[in-house]
Amino acid sequence: MARTDTMTQVARPGTGIKTSGPQRFIDIAGHVLAWLFLVGLAILWLVPFVWMASTALKAPQDLANPSWIPTRFAWENFSFAFSVGMWGQWTTNTVIITLVSVVGTVLSSTLVAYAFARLRWPGRELVFNLVLATMMLPGVVTLIPRFVLFAQLPAFGFQGSRNWVNTFLPLTVPAFTGSSFFIFLLRQFMRTIPMELSEAAKIDGASEFRIWWNIIVPLSKPAVAAVAIFTFQGAWQDFVGPLIYLQSERLYTLQIGLRQFEHAAGGAPAWNWLMAASLVVILPVLVIFVLFQNYFIEGIQLGGSLKG
Amino acid sequence: MATLSAARRPRRALTPARKEALTGWLFAMPWIIGFLLFTAGPMFFSLYASFTRYSITTPPEWIGTRNFAQIFRDPFFYTALYNTFWMVIVKIPIVTVTAISIALLLALDLPGGRFFRTIIYMPNVLSGVAAVFLWQWILRPNGLFNTGLALFGIQGPGWFVDPLWTKPGLVVMGMWWIGGDILIYLAGMKGISRDLYEAATIDGAGGWAKTWFITLPMLSPTIFFQIVTGIIGTFQIFTTAYILSGTESATGGPRQSLLFYVLYLYNRAFGRSGPAGFQMGYASAMAWILFAIILVVTLAQLWLSRRWVYYETEEAR
Repeated sequence: MARTDTMTQVARPGTGIKTSGPQRFIDIAGHVLAWLFLVGLAILWLVPFVWMASTALKAPQDLANPSWIPTRFAWENFSFAFSVGMWGQWTTNTVIITLVSVVGTVLSSTLVAYAFARLRWPGRELVFNLVLATMMLPGVVTLIPRFVLFAQLPAFGFQGSRNWVNTFLPLTVPAFTGSSFFIFLLRQFMRTIPMELSEAAKIDGASEFRIWWNIIVPLSKPAVAAVAIFTFQGAWQDFVGPLIYLQSERLYTLQIGLRQFEHAAGGAPAWNWLMAASLVVILPVLVIFVLFQNYFIEGIQLGGSLKG
Repeated sequence: MATLSAARRPRRALTPARKEALTGWLFAMPWIIGFLLFTAGPMFFSLYASFTRYSITTPPEWIGTRNFAQIFRDPFFYTALYNTFWMVIVKIPIVTVTAISIALLLALDLPGGRFFRTIIYMPNVLSGVAAVFLWQWILRPNGLFNTGLALFGIQGPGWFVDPLWTKPGLVVMGMWWIGGDILIYLAGMKGISRDLYEAATIDGAGGWAKTWFITLPMLSPTIFFQIVTGIIGTFQIFTTAYILSGTESATGGPRQSLLFYVLYLYNRAFGRSGPAGFQMGYASAMAWILFAIILVVTLAQLWLSRRWVYYETEEAR
């Protein structure tokens, strides 16, 4: 929209009809300084990533050496790091939990958001306010009782467990009830789609279910994509959930495996191995970010519209 | 009503409005069920459990307010409270001021703005174990960060091994994740009507005046929201402290300097070593005390906000 215009306006403090020579010079000098500062900041922000890669490729005797480029590229760090532990199994587990969470969250959150954005029903405002309230609810209040609940729900031998604890169920099933923040984000987006589209579809005999799936969800693609990648990122890197619910090593996710790996060797961790393993674990997230950065950034800004 | 609609559309028993109402409830049902099952129900149970002695394996035993009485006499509770408040009081102002300042620079729309935004946001996609390991490595006493400080002649502290510097270390580390806040402030700045700036320019206002008298007041609802959610999040620090304290997680790192509220609560509830574990009643009581603290702090902010948050009246949302 008119965003860029507003930007320029915020941008050039001195933009006026007539600016005198010295004032103009100060403006330009200020902008050059600001730009140099941002360049410095960007470099500083990239340093930890580079350092991680650099450490991952250093031989043990090279670790104390603060150089950026390893004296010898120790590629064997990666095979060493992954020879301890059940990394293949942990990767499969993480992929399963993440995929199910993404599908569950997207399906349920779009459906619920549709109800708030495009349907009129008694109690809608009340329920929506509840959604907003749960966004503010500190998660720690439900941490323990949820564990108690899942310890009581029968799993009928699923993943060799009698109750939901030590299965993937507590980490995946709640995704199908939608996430309050994503429901809010999707609702904001769906409200901007003209109602005429739904009305036209209804005249053609489409059900609300079809309008949701065939019209509104495809038209909400940027918001849906943001929800999918935020869920992916959250589920892939979830630590507290797997820490509390997964006890058998064969059920671990990459995060728990990585944390256990720190102490696997006993005593002080070998930082080059640790960084090699860490790098591989975060790589999918970084790749997704680089590929879909626009959705991430739009999603953040859409979420930021929650104020007032 | 039903007859009327039946007359017009013979095959339908419901009026369109009633059908829509039914569909609305049906579509919202996943969230409503989830809310009752995974939020409201557990909250009530937890409130009940906070008045019991409960270790999961045996049924809860009602002990009245004994958990609360014990908590208020528990020295670790006060340590955890101190550490947690320390983070809230130190970290939130630093993050807020830094994020707004950088957002103001990005709002200048200088060349490469997209690139800057992407780079500054990138760490935000990382969380969890790998990111904590990375910073543990960078902030080692002879690590990269202190090597960098030495270039300026500064002798860096022991960070995560020195009890005095563990929390400052967390603040330094947290700055890497400031990109999310920056982007939200930037979006807020872009949403400010350009008419205001034009009017100010005609009145002869300079860049600083515009920032101080237009940008910041118009941004205040966003700032308020970020502070409120930031504080709620900081009160619940867990993962970072848990991983950083490593084998010492049961005691909260060097001399309990990383024993944050939720870490202590976790140790009481799930700590698998020693007599501390599986005290679900005690931990539930702790959770409700934290909830009450967060509620009071949030309400206080809401009350204070009337003094500094500016809401546009004519333009609803």
